[in-house]
Amino acid sequence: MKDFNLKEAESNNKKIRLDILDTAYAAGSSSSHLGGALSMVDVLGILFKYVINYSSKNYKDQTRDRFILSKGHGCLVYYSILYNLGIISKTQLLQFEKDDSFLPGHPVKNLKYGIEFSTGSLGMGLSLGTGVALALKKINQSKVYVVIGDGECNEGSIWEAAMSASHFNLNNLVVILDNNSFQQTGLNEHIMNTHSLKDKFESFNWNVLEIDGHNLNEIFKSFINNETNQNKPKIIICKTIKGKGVSFCENNNQWHHSILSKSLYDQAILELK
Amino acid sequence: MLDITQNKSKQWARIGMRATFGLLCSEIIDNNKDIYIFTSDVSTSAGLDRFRKNNKDNFFDVGIAEQNLIGVAAGFSSEGFDVITTTFAPFQTIRCAEQIKVNLGYMKNKIVMVGLASGLVLGNLGFTHCCIEDLGMLRSIPNIKIVSPCDCVELAKALTESIESKTSVYIRLTGGSPLETINSHNYDFKIGKATIIKKNEKKNIKVVIFSNGVIAKEALIASAILDKKKIDNEVVNMHTIKPIDKEIVEKYCKKSDLIVTVEEHNIIGGLGSAIAEVKSQIKSSPKHVLIGVNDTYCASGSYENMLSKNKLLGSQIAKTIQENL
Repeated sequence: MKDFNLKEAESNNKKIRLDILDTAYAAGSSSSHLGGALSMVDVLGILFKYVINYSSKNYKDQTRDRFILSKGHGCLVYYSILYNLGIISKTQLLQFEKDDSFLPGHPVKNLKYGIEFSTGSLGMGLSLGTGVALALKKINQSKVYVVIGDGECNEGSIWEAAMSASHFNLNNLVVILDNNSFQQTGLNEHIMNTHSLKDKFESFNWNVLEIDGHNLNEIFKSFINNETNQNKPKIIICKTIKGKGVSFCENNNQWHHSILSKSLYDQAILELK
Repeated sequence: MLDITQNKSKQWARIGMRATFGLLCSEIIDNNKDIYIFTSDVSTSAGLDRFRKNNKDNFFDVGIAEQNLIGVAAGFSSEGFDVITTTFAPFQTIRCAEQIKVNLGYMKNKIVMVGLASGLVLGNLGFTHCCIEDLGMLRSIPNIKIVSPCDCVELAKALTESIESKTSVYIRLTGGSPLETINSHNYDFKIGKATIIKKNEKKNIKVVIFSNGVIAKEALIASAILDKKKIDNEVVNMHTIKPIDKEIVEKYCKKSDLIVTVEEHNIIGGLGSAIAEVKSQIKSSPKHVLIGVNDTYCASGSYENMLSKNKLLGSQIAKTIQENL
Protein backbone atom coordinates (compact mmCIF):
# COMPACT_ATOMS: atom_id res chain seq x y z
CA MET A 1 0.00 0.00 0.00
CA LYS A 2 1.49 3.33 -1.07
CA ASP A 3 0.68 6.86 0.14
CA PHE A 4 -2.22 8.33 -1.79
CA ASN A 5 -1.70 11.57 -3.71
CA LEU A 6 -4.76 13.04 -5.40
CA LYS A 7 -2.96 15.04 -8.08
CA GLU A 8 -0.73 12.14 -8.95
CA ALA A 9 -3.76 9.83 -9.10
CA GLU A 10 -5.63 12.21 -11.42
CA SER A 11 -2.67 12.46 -13.72
CA ASN A 12 -2.17 8.69 -13.70
CA ASN A 13 -5.80 8.06 -14.59
CA LYS A 14 -5.73 10.64 -17.38
CA LYS A 15 -2.74 8.83 -18.85
CA ILE A 16 -4.62 5.51 -18.73
CA ARG A 17 -7.59 7.07 -20.52
CA LEU A 18 -5.33 8.52 -23.23
CA ASP A 19 -3.72 5.11 -23.74
CA ILE A 20 -7.13 3.49 -24.00
CA LEU A 21 -8.10 5.97 -26.71
CA ASP A 22 -4.82 5.51 -28.58
CA THR A 23 -5.40 1.76 -28.54
CA ALA A 24 -9.05 1.92 -29.56
CA TYR A 25 -8.13 4.24 -32.41
CA ALA A 26 -5.24 2.02 -33.51
CA ALA A 27 -7.66 -0.90 -33.65
CA GLY A 28 -9.19 0.88 -36.67
CA SER A 29 -12.24 -0.83 -38.04
CA SER A 30 -12.06 -3.41 -35.26
CA SER A 31 -14.67 -2.23 -32.78
CA SER A 32 -13.67 -1.94 -29.15
CA HIS A 33 -15.52 -2.00 -25.86
CA LEU A 34 -14.82 1.59 -24.83
CA GLY A 35 -17.70 2.33 -22.46
CA GLY A 36 -17.06 -0.40 -19.91
CA ALA A 37 -13.31 0.20 -19.98
CA LEU A 38 -13.57 3.96 -19.34
CA SER A 39 -16.02 3.40 -16.49
CA MET A 40 -13.38 1.41 -14.59
CA VAL A 41 -10.35 3.68 -15.14
CA ASP A 42 -10.65 5.59 -11.87
CA VAL A 43 -11.12 2.55 -9.66
CA LEU A 44 -8.50 0.38 -11.34
CA GLY A 45 -6.09 3.31 -11.71
CA ILE A 46 -6.15 3.71 -7.90
CA LEU A 47 -6.03 -0.04 -7.29
CA PHE A 48 -2.91 -0.58 -9.38
CA LYS A 49 -1.16 2.67 -8.40
CA TYR A 50 -1.65 2.53 -4.64
CA VAL A 51 -3.25 -0.65 -3.38
CA ILE A 52 -2.55 -3.95 -5.08
CA ASN A 53 0.74 -5.75 -4.48
CA TYR A 54 1.39 -6.23 -8.18
CA SER A 55 4.15 -4.59 -10.21
CA SER A 56 6.53 -5.17 -13.07
CA LYS A 57 9.01 -6.45 -10.44
CA ASN A 58 6.82 -9.00 -8.67
CA TYR A 59 4.07 -10.02 -11.07
CA LYS A 60 5.49 -13.53 -11.40
CA ASP A 61 6.07 -14.03 -7.66
CA GLN A 62 3.76 -16.15 -5.53
CA THR A 63 3.56 -13.28 -3.03
CA ARG A 64 1.81 -10.99 -5.53
CA ASP A 65 -1.86 -10.15 -5.20
CA ARG A 66 -4.04 -11.67 -7.93
CA PHE A 67 -6.23 -9.70 -10.33
CA ILE A 68 -9.09 -11.14 -12.40
CA LEU A 69 -11.06 -9.04 -14.88
CA SER A 70 -14.21 -11.12 -14.95
CA LYS A 71 -15.92 -8.57 -17.22
CA GLY A 72 -13.29 -9.39 -19.81
CA HIS A 73 -14.71 -7.08 -22.51
CA GLY A 74 -13.39 -4.17 -20.42
CA CYS A 75 -9.85 -5.29 -21.21
CA LEU A 76 -8.72 -1.97 -22.72
CA VAL A 77 -8.33 -0.55 -19.21
CA TYR A 78 -6.49 -3.71 -18.09
CA TYR A 79 -4.09 -3.67 -21.05
CA SER A 80 -3.45 0.07 -20.63
CA ILE A 81 -2.62 -0.47 -16.97
CA LEU A 82 -0.26 -3.34 -17.85
CA TYR A 83 1.46 -0.86 -20.19
CA ASN A 84 1.61 1.85 -17.52
CA LEU A 85 3.08 -0.69 -15.08
CA GLY A 86 5.82 -1.43 -17.62
CA ILE A 87 4.77 -5.06 -18.12
CA ILE A 88 3.88 -4.65 -21.80
CA SER A 89 5.18 -2.08 -24.29
CA LYS A 90 3.20 0.56 -26.14
CA THR A 91 3.92 -1.25 -29.39
CA GLN A 92 2.41 -4.40 -27.93
CA LEU A 93 -0.56 -2.44 -26.57
CA LEU A 94 -1.27 -0.98 -30.01
CA GLN A 95 -1.44 -4.50 -31.43
CA PHE A 96 -4.80 -4.81 -29.62
CA GLU A 97 -7.18 -7.00 -31.66
CA LYS A 98 -4.69 -7.27 -34.54
CA ASP A 99 -3.94 -10.64 -36.16
CA ASP A 100 -1.98 -12.94 -33.81
CA SER A 101 -1.78 -10.30 -31.08
CA PHE A 102 -1.66 -11.64 -27.52
CA LEU A 103 -4.06 -8.83 -26.62
CA PRO A 104 -7.38 -9.72 -28.28
CA GLY A 105 -10.76 -8.24 -27.41
CA HIS A 106 -11.00 -10.40 -24.30
CA PRO A 107 -8.01 -11.27 -22.10
CA VAL A 108 -6.21 -14.54 -22.78
CA LYS A 109 -4.17 -16.14 -19.99
CA ASN A 110 -0.55 -15.17 -20.49
CA LEU A 111 1.59 -15.37 -17.37
CA LYS A 112 4.57 -13.94 -19.25
CA TYR A 113 2.68 -10.65 -19.44
CA GLY A 114 0.83 -10.84 -16.16
CA ILE A 115 -2.58 -11.97 -17.41
CA GLU A 116 -3.70 -14.63 -14.93
CA PHE A 117 -6.86 -15.95 -16.59
CA SER A 118 -8.78 -15.91 -19.87
CA THR A 119 -12.04 -14.11 -19.33
CA GLY A 120 -14.87 -12.76 -21.43
CA SER A 121 -17.52 -15.39 -20.98
CA LEU A 122 -19.43 -13.55 -18.29
CA GLY A 123 -20.06 -14.94 -14.84
CA MET A 124 -16.96 -17.09 -14.56
CA GLY A 125 -14.31 -14.86 -12.99
CA LEU A 126 -15.80 -14.78 -9.51
CA SER A 127 -15.68 -18.58 -9.25
CA LEU A 128 -12.03 -18.50 -10.31
CA GLY A 129 -11.33 -15.77 -7.78
CA THR A 130 -13.04 -17.80 -5.08
CA GLY A 131 -10.88 -20.81 -5.91
CA VAL A 132 -7.69 -18.74 -5.94
CA ALA A 133 -8.60 -17.08 -2.62
CA LEU A 134 -9.33 -20.49 -1.10
CA ALA A 135 -5.93 -21.76 -2.26
CA LEU A 136 -4.07 -18.65 -1.10
CA LYS A 137 -5.43 -19.24 2.42
CA LYS A 138 -3.13 -22.25 2.44
CA ILE A 139 -0.15 -20.37 1.04
CA ASN A 140 0.24 -16.75 2.14
CA GLN A 141 -1.44 -13.42 2.89
CA SER A 142 -2.01 -12.36 -0.73
CA LYS A 143 -5.33 -10.93 -1.79
CA VAL A 144 -7.50 -11.55 -4.82
CA TYR A 145 -9.20 -8.69 -6.66
CA VAL A 146 -12.01 -9.53 -9.08
CA VAL A 147 -13.83 -7.03 -11.30
CA ILE A 148 -17.40 -7.89 -12.26
CA GLY A 149 -20.04 -5.90 -14.10
CA ASP A 150 -23.62 -5.14 -13.10
CA GLY A 151 -24.94 -6.70 -16.32
CA GLU A 152 -22.75 -9.70 -15.54
CA CYS A 153 -24.79 -10.15 -12.35
CA ASN A 154 -27.56 -11.51 -14.60
CA GLU A 155 -25.49 -14.70 -14.70
CA GLY A 156 -26.54 -17.32 -12.14
CA SER A 157 -22.94 -18.45 -11.71
CA ILE A 158 -22.11 -15.08 -10.09
CA TRP A 159 -24.48 -15.97 -7.28
CA GLU A 160 -23.17 -19.53 -6.97
CA ALA A 161 -19.73 -18.00 -6.46
CA ALA A 162 -20.99 -15.26 -4.13
CA MET A 163 -22.60 -17.91 -1.92
CA SER A 164 -19.45 -20.00 -1.73
CA ALA A 165 -17.02 -17.10 -1.12
CA SER A 166 -18.85 -16.09 2.05
CA HIS A 167 -19.40 -19.72 3.05
CA PHE A 168 -15.63 -20.23 2.97
CA ASN A 169 -15.01 -16.93 4.87
CA LEU A 170 -12.79 -15.57 2.13
CA ASN A 171 -11.71 -12.30 3.68
CA ASN A 172 -8.80 -12.23 1.22
CA LEU A 173 -11.22 -11.70 -1.67
CA VAL A 174 -12.19 -8.20 -2.83
CA VAL A 175 -14.75 -7.77 -5.59
CA ILE A 176 -15.08 -4.53 -7.51
CA LEU A 177 -18.50 -4.15 -9.09
CA ASP A 178 -18.63 -1.74 -12.05
CA ASN A 179 -22.15 -0.45 -11.49
CA ASN A 180 -22.48 1.72 -14.61
CA SER A 181 -26.15 0.73 -14.96
CA PHE A 182 -25.87 -0.32 -18.60
CA GLN A 183 -25.41 -3.61 -20.35
CA GLN A 184 -25.00 -4.40 -24.03
CA THR A 185 -28.43 -3.42 -25.32
CA GLY A 186 -29.72 -1.01 -22.72
CA LEU A 187 -30.18 -0.05 -19.11
CA ASN A 188 -29.98 -2.86 -16.55
CA GLU A 189 -33.43 -2.01 -15.26
CA HIS A 190 -34.90 -2.45 -18.76
CA ILE A 191 -33.00 -5.56 -19.81
CA MET A 192 -32.99 -7.45 -16.50
CA ASN A 193 -33.61 -5.59 -13.31
CA THR A 194 -31.22 -6.79 -10.62
CA HIS A 195 -32.78 -4.35 -8.12
CA SER A 196 -30.48 -3.62 -5.18
CA LEU A 197 -27.14 -5.34 -5.66
CA LYS A 198 -26.15 -4.00 -2.23
CA ASP A 199 -29.05 -5.81 -0.58
CA LYS A 200 -28.28 -8.96 -2.52
CA PHE A 201 -24.62 -9.16 -1.55
CA GLU A 202 -25.44 -8.26 2.05
CA SER A 203 -27.94 -11.11 2.15
CA PHE A 204 -25.17 -13.38 0.82
CA ASN A 205 -23.19 -12.34 3.92
CA TRP A 206 -20.60 -10.11 2.29
CA ASN A 207 -19.11 -6.86 3.56
CA VAL A 208 -20.60 -4.35 1.15
CA LEU A 209 -19.38 -0.82 0.44
CA GLU A 210 -21.12 1.48 -2.00
CA ILE A 211 -19.05 4.33 -3.41
CA ASP A 212 -18.83 6.95 -6.15
CA GLY A 213 -16.56 5.12 -8.59
CA HIS A 214 -15.08 8.38 -9.87
CA ASN A 215 -14.28 10.02 -6.52
CA LEU A 216 -10.63 9.14 -6.13
CA ASN A 217 -10.43 9.79 -2.38
CA GLU A 218 -13.48 7.64 -1.80
CA ILE A 219 -12.08 4.86 -3.99
CA PHE A 220 -8.79 4.78 -2.10
CA LYS A 221 -10.56 4.76 1.27
CA SER A 222 -12.81 1.89 0.19
CA PHE A 223 -9.78 -0.29 -0.46
CA ILE A 224 -8.09 0.43 2.87
CA ASN A 225 -11.32 0.35 4.87
CA ASN A 226 -11.11 -2.19 7.68
CA GLU A 227 -14.46 -3.94 7.99
CA THR A 228 -16.01 -4.75 11.36
CA ASN A 229 -16.49 -8.40 10.45
CA GLN A 230 -13.10 -9.60 9.32
CA ASN A 231 -14.24 -13.02 8.12
CA LYS A 232 -16.25 -12.01 5.09
CA PRO A 233 -15.32 -11.31 1.49
CA LYS A 234 -15.67 -7.67 0.51
CA ILE A 235 -17.47 -6.09 -2.41
CA ILE A 236 -17.07 -2.47 -3.42
CA ILE A 237 -20.07 -1.45 -5.48
CA CYS A 238 -18.73 1.39 -7.61
CA LYS A 239 -21.38 3.72 -9.01
CA THR A 240 -19.80 4.64 -12.31
CA ILE A 241 -20.56 6.35 -15.59
CA LYS A 242 -20.18 4.20 -18.67
CA GLY A 243 -17.71 5.97 -20.99
CA LYS A 244 -16.48 8.28 -18.19
CA GLY A 245 -14.07 11.02 -19.28
CA VAL A 246 -15.10 11.33 -22.93
CA SER A 247 -18.19 13.50 -23.34
CA PHE A 248 -19.69 11.73 -26.33
CA CYS A 249 -19.24 8.32 -24.69
CA GLU A 250 -20.61 9.13 -21.25
CA ASN A 251 -23.89 7.34 -20.56
CA ASN A 252 -24.20 6.73 -24.31
CA ASN A 253 -24.59 2.99 -24.69
CA GLN A 254 -23.63 3.11 -28.38
CA TRP A 255 -20.10 3.12 -26.96
CA HIS A 256 -20.56 -0.24 -25.34
CA HIS A 257 -18.79 -1.51 -28.46
CA SER A 258 -18.00 0.80 -31.33
CA ILE A 259 -15.41 2.13 -33.78
CA LEU A 260 -13.44 5.24 -32.82
CA SER A 261 -13.11 7.42 -35.93
CA LYS A 262 -10.29 9.92 -36.48
CA SER A 263 -12.45 12.97 -35.75
CA LEU A 264 -13.93 11.49 -32.59
CA TYR A 265 -10.49 10.36 -31.45
CA ASP A 266 -9.14 13.90 -31.94
CA GLN A 267 -12.09 15.36 -30.04
CA ALA A 268 -11.63 12.90 -27.16
CA ILE A 269 -7.90 13.61 -26.89
CA LEU A 270 -8.56 17.36 -26.85
CA GLU A 271 -11.08 16.95 -24.05
CA LEU A 272 -8.75 14.86 -21.94
CA LYS A 273 -5.64 17.00 -22.41
CA MET B 1 1.68 -44.27 -5.87
CA LEU B 2 -1.09 -46.86 -5.36
CA ASP B 3 -0.47 -50.43 -4.32
CA ILE B 4 -2.86 -52.51 -6.44
CA THR B 5 -3.21 -56.10 -5.23
CA GLN B 6 -5.39 -59.03 -6.20
CA ASN B 7 -7.21 -58.88 -2.87
CA LYS B 8 -7.98 -55.23 -3.32
CA SER B 9 -9.23 -55.83 -6.84
CA LYS B 10 -11.68 -58.42 -5.49
CA GLN B 11 -12.92 -56.00 -2.85
CA TRP B 12 -13.29 -53.20 -5.41
CA ALA B 13 -15.25 -55.48 -7.75
CA ARG B 14 -17.73 -56.14 -4.94
CA ILE B 15 -18.35 -52.46 -4.19
CA GLY B 16 -18.30 -51.03 -7.72
CA MET B 17 -16.60 -47.97 -9.19
CA ARG B 18 -18.10 -45.19 -7.10
CA ALA B 19 -17.19 -46.68 -3.73
CA THR B 20 -13.81 -47.74 -5.11
CA PHE B 21 -13.13 -44.17 -6.19
CA GLY B 22 -13.73 -43.01 -2.61
CA LEU B 23 -11.40 -45.67 -1.22
CA LEU B 24 -8.73 -44.78 -3.75
CA CYS B 25 -8.85 -41.09 -2.75
CA SER B 26 -8.24 -42.07 0.88
CA GLU B 27 -5.22 -44.10 -0.20
CA ILE B 28 -3.87 -41.42 -2.52
CA ILE B 29 -3.83 -38.70 0.14
CA ASP B 30 -1.60 -40.85 2.32
CA ASN B 31 1.16 -40.19 -0.23
CA ASN B 32 0.09 -36.82 -1.59
CA LYS B 33 -0.99 -34.24 0.97
CA ASP B 34 -1.39 -31.63 -1.77
CA ILE B 35 -4.42 -33.35 -3.27
CA TYR B 36 -7.79 -31.65 -2.84
CA ILE B 37 -11.27 -32.92 -3.60
CA PHE B 38 -14.14 -30.65 -4.57
CA THR B 39 -17.70 -31.95 -4.79
CA SER B 40 -21.24 -30.71 -5.29
CA ASP B 41 -23.02 -32.30 -2.33
CA VAL B 42 -22.27 -35.88 -3.41
CA SER B 43 -19.70 -37.12 -0.90
CA THR B 44 -21.83 -40.17 -0.03
CA SER B 45 -22.62 -41.04 -3.65
CA ALA B 46 -18.92 -40.81 -4.49
CA GLY B 47 -17.83 -43.02 -1.59
CA LEU B 48 -16.05 -40.03 -0.09
CA ASP B 49 -17.57 -39.84 3.39
CA ARG B 50 -14.49 -41.36 5.00
CA PHE B 51 -12.19 -39.00 3.08
CA ARG B 52 -14.37 -36.06 4.07
CA LYS B 53 -14.27 -37.05 7.76
CA ASN B 54 -10.55 -37.75 7.93
CA ASN B 55 -9.25 -35.03 5.63
CA LYS B 56 -11.30 -31.93 6.41
CA ASP B 57 -8.63 -29.54 5.13
CA ASN B 58 -8.48 -31.30 1.76
CA PHE B 59 -12.18 -31.56 1.08
CA PHE B 60 -14.42 -28.76 -0.17
CA ASP B 61 -18.12 -28.95 -0.90
CA VAL B 62 -19.41 -26.08 -3.02
CA GLY B 63 -23.02 -27.19 -2.69
CA ILE B 64 -25.30 -27.98 -5.59
CA ALA B 65 -23.60 -25.54 -7.95
CA GLU B 66 -21.62 -27.28 -10.65
CA GLN B 67 -20.64 -24.23 -12.67
CA ASN B 68 -19.02 -22.88 -9.55
CA LEU B 69 -17.49 -26.30 -8.85
CA ILE B 70 -15.39 -26.12 -12.00
CA GLY B 71 -14.51 -22.44 -11.60
CA VAL B 72 -13.44 -22.77 -7.97
CA ALA B 73 -11.52 -25.98 -8.68
CA ALA B 74 -9.73 -24.36 -11.64
CA GLY B 75 -8.83 -21.28 -9.60
CA PHE B 76 -7.58 -23.48 -6.77
CA SER B 77 -5.49 -25.67 -9.06
CA SER B 78 -3.95 -22.59 -10.71
CA GLU B 79 -2.03 -22.12 -7.45
CA GLY B 80 -0.25 -25.44 -7.96
CA PHE B 81 -2.41 -27.96 -6.13
CA ASP B 82 -3.70 -31.31 -7.43
CA VAL B 83 -7.48 -31.13 -7.66
CA ILE B 84 -10.16 -33.78 -8.24
CA THR B 85 -13.79 -32.78 -8.78
CA THR B 86 -16.67 -35.19 -8.72
CA THR B 87 -20.41 -35.35 -9.09
CA PHE B 88 -22.89 -37.34 -11.17
CA ALA B 89 -21.80 -37.46 -14.80
CA PRO B 90 -24.45 -35.16 -16.33
CA PHE B 91 -23.73 -32.46 -13.76
CA GLN B 92 -19.97 -32.98 -13.91
CA THR B 93 -19.92 -32.39 -17.66
CA ILE B 94 -22.90 -30.92 -19.49
CA ARG B 95 -24.20 -28.70 -16.68
CA CYS B 96 -20.87 -26.87 -16.56
CA ALA B 97 -19.78 -27.37 -20.17
CA GLU B 98 -18.67 -23.80 -20.75
CA GLN B 99 -16.70 -23.64 -17.51
CA ILE B 100 -14.88 -26.77 -18.67
CA LYS B 101 -14.24 -25.25 -22.09
CA VAL B 102 -12.88 -21.92 -20.84
CA ASN B 103 -11.21 -22.86 -17.55
CA LEU B 104 -9.74 -26.23 -18.50
CA GLY B 105 -9.66 -26.43 -22.30
CA TYR B 106 -8.85 -22.84 -23.27
CA MET B 107 -6.76 -21.84 -20.26
CA LYS B 108 -5.31 -25.31 -19.68
CA ASN B 109 -5.86 -25.23 -15.96
CA LYS B 110 -5.57 -28.81 -14.84
CA ILE B 111 -8.06 -30.79 -12.77
CA VAL B 112 -9.25 -34.38 -12.78
CA MET B 113 -13.02 -34.68 -13.20
CA VAL B 114 -14.72 -37.87 -12.14
CA GLY B 115 -18.20 -38.39 -13.57
CA LEU B 116 -20.23 -40.74 -11.38
CA ALA B 117 -22.72 -43.31 -12.67
CA SER B 118 -22.44 -42.38 -16.33
CA GLY B 119 -24.23 -44.35 -19.03
CA LEU B 120 -27.46 -46.15 -18.18
CA VAL B 121 -26.91 -47.50 -14.67
CA LEU B 122 -29.30 -44.95 -13.13
CA GLY B 123 -32.03 -45.93 -15.58
CA ASN B 124 -34.66 -46.13 -12.89
CA LEU B 125 -34.07 -42.42 -12.12
CA GLY B 126 -34.68 -41.38 -15.72
CA PHE B 127 -32.50 -39.55 -18.23
CA THR B 128 -31.87 -36.51 -16.05
CA HIS B 129 -29.45 -38.84 -14.28
CA CYS B 130 -28.40 -41.21 -17.05
CA CYS B 131 -25.62 -39.80 -19.18
CA ILE B 132 -25.24 -40.70 -22.84
CA GLU B 133 -23.86 -37.34 -23.98
CA ASP B 134 -20.78 -36.61 -21.85
CA LEU B 135 -18.24 -38.04 -24.29
CA GLY B 136 -19.68 -36.25 -27.30
CA MET B 137 -19.67 -32.93 -25.52
CA LEU B 138 -16.21 -33.26 -23.98
CA ARG B 139 -14.53 -34.69 -27.07
CA SER B 140 -15.05 -31.40 -28.88
CA ILE B 141 -13.08 -29.43 -26.30
CA PRO B 142 -9.30 -29.32 -26.91
CA ASN B 143 -6.78 -30.13 -24.15
CA ILE B 144 -8.91 -32.61 -22.21
CA LYS B 145 -8.22 -36.34 -22.00
CA ILE B 146 -11.14 -38.75 -21.60
CA VAL B 147 -10.91 -42.19 -20.01
CA SER B 148 -13.67 -44.74 -19.43
CA PRO B 149 -12.30 -47.60 -17.28
CA CYS B 150 -13.76 -51.06 -17.82
CA ASP B 151 -13.25 -52.22 -14.21
CA CYS B 152 -12.06 -50.98 -10.84
CA VAL B 153 -8.45 -52.00 -11.41
CA GLU B 154 -8.42 -49.84 -14.50
CA LEU B 155 -10.06 -47.03 -12.54
CA ALA B 156 -7.23 -47.17 -9.98
CA LYS B 157 -4.61 -47.01 -12.71
CA ALA B 158 -6.44 -44.28 -14.64
CA LEU B 159 -6.88 -42.13 -11.54
CA THR B 160 -3.22 -42.45 -10.58
CA GLU B 161 -2.04 -41.51 -14.07
CA SER B 162 -4.57 -38.68 -14.37
CA ILE B 163 -3.24 -36.97 -11.26
CA GLU B 164 0.18 -36.92 -12.94
CA SER B 165 -1.21 -35.62 -16.25
CA LYS B 166 -0.35 -32.08 -17.32
CA THR B 167 -3.78 -31.46 -18.85
CA SER B 168 -7.24 -32.07 -17.43
CA VAL B 169 -8.73 -35.55 -17.54
CA TYR B 170 -12.34 -36.73 -17.40
CA ILE B 171 -12.78 -40.19 -15.89
CA ARG B 172 -16.15 -41.71 -16.72
CA LEU B 173 -17.43 -44.17 -14.13
CA THR B 174 -19.99 -46.69 -15.30
CA GLY B 175 -21.81 -49.76 -13.97
CA GLY B 176 -23.21 -50.62 -10.56
CA SER B 177 -22.03 -53.14 -8.00
CA PRO B 178 -20.82 -55.82 -7.95
CA LEU B 179 -18.70 -55.57 -11.09
CA GLU B 180 -16.66 -58.08 -12.96
CA THR B 181 -12.92 -57.57 -13.13
CA ILE B 182 -11.60 -57.82 -16.66
CA ASN B 183 -7.95 -56.88 -16.09
CA SER B 184 -5.40 -58.60 -13.88
CA HIS B 185 -4.22 -56.39 -11.04
CA ASN B 186 -0.74 -55.90 -12.53
CA TYR B 187 -1.52 -55.30 -16.23
CA ASP B 188 0.09 -52.40 -18.09
CA PHE B 189 -2.10 -49.32 -18.42
CA LYS B 190 -1.30 -46.11 -20.20
CA ILE B 191 -3.71 -43.32 -21.09
CA GLY B 192 -4.06 -43.28 -24.88
CA LYS B 193 -2.89 -46.87 -25.37
CA ALA B 194 -5.69 -49.41 -25.88
CA THR B 195 -5.46 -52.97 -24.54
CA ILE B 196 -6.58 -56.18 -26.20
CA ILE B 197 -8.84 -58.04 -23.78
CA LYS B 198 -9.69 -60.94 -26.11
CA LYS B 199 -6.99 -62.11 -28.48
CA ASN B 200 -7.08 -64.20 -31.63
CA GLU B 201 -3.70 -65.20 -33.03
CA LYS B 202 -4.88 -65.63 -36.63
CA LYS B 203 -3.56 -63.19 -39.23
CA ASN B 204 -7.03 -62.17 -40.31
CA ILE B 205 -10.24 -62.17 -38.34
CA LYS B 206 -13.91 -61.62 -39.12
CA VAL B 207 -14.74 -59.14 -36.36
CA VAL B 208 -13.04 -56.75 -33.97
CA ILE B 209 -15.10 -55.20 -31.21
CA PHE B 210 -13.92 -51.91 -29.72
CA SER B 211 -15.51 -51.10 -26.39
CA ASN B 212 -14.81 -49.41 -23.05
CA GLY B 213 -16.38 -48.89 -19.65
CA VAL B 214 -18.28 -51.63 -17.88
CA ILE B 215 -20.16 -52.46 -21.09
CA ALA B 216 -16.91 -54.06 -22.33
CA LYS B 217 -18.00 -57.08 -20.29
CA GLU B 218 -21.03 -57.46 -22.62
CA ALA B 219 -18.67 -57.21 -25.59
CA LEU B 220 -16.73 -60.14 -24.13
CA ILE B 221 -19.95 -62.14 -23.73
CA ALA B 222 -20.78 -61.41 -27.37
CA SER B 223 -17.27 -62.47 -28.32
CA ALA B 224 -17.72 -65.86 -26.58
CA ILE B 225 -20.98 -66.41 -28.49
CA LEU B 226 -19.17 -65.63 -31.76
CA ASP B 227 -16.45 -68.10 -30.77
CA LYS B 228 -19.05 -70.84 -30.50
CA LYS B 229 -20.21 -69.96 -34.01
CA LYS B 230 -16.56 -70.22 -35.21
CA ILE B 231 -16.44 -66.52 -36.04
CA ASP B 232 -12.87 -65.34 -35.44
CA ASN B 233 -12.92 -62.20 -33.35
CA GLU B 234 -11.02 -59.99 -30.94
CA VAL B 235 -12.08 -57.41 -28.34
CA VAL B 236 -10.17 -54.18 -27.76
CA ASN B 237 -10.62 -52.11 -24.63
CA MET B 238 -10.39 -48.55 -25.92
CA HIS B 239 -10.36 -47.13 -22.39
CA THR B 240 -9.11 -43.78 -23.65
CA ILE B 241 -11.52 -42.02 -25.99
CA LYS B 242 -9.24 -39.01 -26.27
CA PRO B 243 -6.51 -39.08 -27.36
CA ILE B 244 -7.73 -42.04 -29.39
CA ASP B 245 -5.24 -44.82 -30.09
CA LYS B 246 -5.01 -44.41 -33.87
CA GLU B 247 -2.43 -47.14 -34.32
CA ILE B 248 -4.68 -49.88 -33.04
CA VAL B 249 -7.56 -48.74 -35.25
CA GLU B 250 -5.23 -48.78 -38.25
CA LYS B 251 -4.01 -52.26 -37.28
CA TYR B 252 -7.53 -53.72 -37.13
CA CYS B 253 -8.64 -52.00 -40.31
CA LYS B 254 -6.09 -54.29 -41.99
CA LYS B 255 -6.75 -57.36 -39.89
CA SER B 256 -10.53 -57.52 -39.55
CA ASP B 257 -13.40 -57.77 -42.03
CA LEU B 258 -15.78 -55.90 -39.75
CA ILE B 259 -15.28 -53.15 -37.15
CA VAL B 260 -17.82 -53.02 -34.34
CA THR B 261 -18.02 -50.43 -31.57
CA VAL B 262 -19.98 -51.13 -28.40
CA GLU B 263 -20.61 -48.22 -26.06
CA GLU B 264 -22.92 -47.14 -23.26
CA HIS B 265 -23.38 -43.74 -24.86
CA ASN B 266 -25.22 -42.19 -27.76
CA ILE B 267 -23.77 -43.62 -30.97
CA ILE B 268 -23.34 -39.96 -32.00
CA GLY B 269 -20.26 -38.37 -30.48
CA GLY B 270 -18.74 -41.18 -28.42
CA LEU B 271 -16.38 -44.09 -29.00
CA GLY B 272 -17.97 -45.11 -32.31
CA SER B 273 -17.62 -41.60 -33.66
CA ALA B 274 -14.03 -41.31 -32.45
CA ILE B 275 -13.08 -44.53 -34.23
CA ALA B 276 -15.03 -43.55 -37.35
CA GLU B 277 -13.02 -40.33 -37.48
CA VAL B 278 -9.80 -42.38 -37.62
CA LYS B 279 -11.25 -44.96 -40.01
CA SER B 280 -12.41 -42.30 -42.43
CA GLN B 281 -8.74 -41.46 -43.12
CA ILE B 282 -7.90 -45.05 -44.01
CA LYS B 283 -8.31 -46.18 -47.61
CA SER B 284 -10.53 -49.26 -48.10
CA SER B 285 -11.28 -49.60 -44.41
CA PRO B 286 -13.85 -52.24 -43.43
CA LYS B 287 -17.52 -51.73 -42.67
CA HIS B 288 -18.22 -50.27 -39.22
CA VAL B 289 -21.26 -51.15 -37.10
CA LEU B 290 -21.98 -48.72 -34.26
CA ILE B 291 -23.75 -50.34 -31.32
CA GLY B 292 -24.91 -48.06 -28.52
CA VAL B 293 -27.85 -45.85 -27.64
CA ASN B 294 -29.38 -45.03 -30.98
CA ASP B 295 -29.88 -41.28 -30.47
CA THR B 296 -32.94 -41.70 -28.30
CA TYR B 297 -34.16 -41.38 -24.71
CA CYS B 298 -35.97 -44.62 -23.92
CA ALA B 299 -38.37 -45.24 -21.04
CA SER B 300 -36.82 -45.68 -17.60
CA GLY B 301 -35.95 -49.03 -16.06
CA SER B 302 -33.37 -51.12 -14.22
CA TYR B 303 -29.80 -51.21 -15.55
CA GLU B 304 -30.32 -54.59 -17.22
CA ASN B 305 -33.64 -53.43 -18.62
CA MET B 306 -32.00 -50.30 -20.04
CA LEU B 307 -29.20 -52.34 -21.62
CA SER B 308 -31.75 -54.73 -23.08
CA LYS B 309 -33.91 -51.95 -24.53
CA ASN B 310 -30.83 -50.49 -26.20
CA LYS B 311 -29.68 -53.90 -27.47
CA LEU B 312 -26.54 -53.75 -25.40
CA LEU B 313 -26.65 -57.16 -23.73
CA GLY B 314 -23.98 -59.61 -24.89
CA SER B 315 -26.43 -61.90 -26.70
CA GLN B 316 -28.02 -58.91 -28.48
CA ILE B 317 -24.62 -57.55 -29.48
CA ALA B 318 -23.67 -60.99 -30.91
CA LYS B 319 -26.91 -61.07 -32.88
CA THR B 320 -26.39 -57.59 -34.34
CA ILE B 321 -22.85 -58.52 -35.33
CA GLN B 322 -23.95 -61.72 -37.07
CA GLU B 323 -26.61 -59.78 -38.99
CA ASN B 324 -23.87 -57.55 -40.33
CA LEU B 325 -21.39 -60.21 -41.36
